[in-house]
Amino acid sequence: MMNTRQLNFVWVVLMLATAATFAIGEIGERIGIAGPLAMAALLAISIIKGRLVMLDFMGLRGVKFFWRGLMIGWLLLVSALIAIAYWIATK
Amino acid sequence: MEHHPDIPAPHAGPAVAPPGDLAIWFFILAELLAFGVFFAAYAFARARNVELFNEMQQTLDRPAGALNTVLLITASWCVARGVEATSRARAATGARWLAGGILCGGGFLVVKGVEYAAKFGAGINLSTNTFYMFYLSLTFFHFMHVILGMIILIVLWWQTRQGVYGPADMNGIESGAAYWHMVDLVWIVLFPLVYVMR
Repeated sequence: MMNTRQLNFVWVVLMLATAATFAIGEIGERIGIAGPLAMAALLAISIIKGRLVMLDFMGLRGVKFFWRGLMIGWLLLVSALIAIAYWIATK
Repeated sequence: MEHHPDIPAPHAGPAVAPPGDLAIWFFILAELLAFGVFFAAYAFARARNVELFNEMQQTLDRPAGALNTVLLITASWCVARGVEATSRARAATGARWLAGGILCGGGFLVVKGVEYAAKFGAGINLSTNTFYMFYLSLTFFHFMHVILGMIILIVLWWQTRQGVYGPADMNGIESGAAYWHMVDLVWIVLFPLVYVMR
């Protein structure tokens, strides 16, 4: 199930992903990551982070697909709604 | 063990129930549903007030938001390490990890408190505009969940120190930890959505 090395690795990945999210906010426009591209990158990063929290911290890796499906389904549904709302805003 | 041929098991071994009490998972799903509705409401309100939301977002303290992301994720990591240590009959170590999680969670509350103080000091309140109505209510709804999570972690820390949990009984600590990770999970969506996306 859980082991310390995997938990530490996930923490490092989550820290790097958080730095990426912050960097998009700080220098995204200067390095060409702005608008819909930034929106897509931010959602992709949060899906990666959320999935790792669910699978490793919450311990859902290897658990019945029903539970992982509900949790990751929530993440994907919320992300999709945010993307749709963002797309409507650009119209 | 009961086998459900219609439920695929992507990993080797039998399909198992999630850690902790099943009831906590229904509670977590209900909480996630509430936050999901809130996030969608924010996103669609933004779609109707893009200029206001983009302008007001610039007045938020993004470094504080990022620091709070680091604190919550680190708290979650500490709690996961605490559960892992306790499950291997090292409850004293587990309790120390839980204490680390409590410290990081406390750090989150302090940083968010400083942020709120700055906003209230600038005369901002729920009726300032639509953006701040959402910012304050959404982050405060989450803030209340962090407080409840902290209370749960303090109880778990105390019980773990007392030797309540171990390899034979992980139900309570796993349930409380799952709730804490949910609080972290919600912030992982909230931070980019409210502080960064424009």
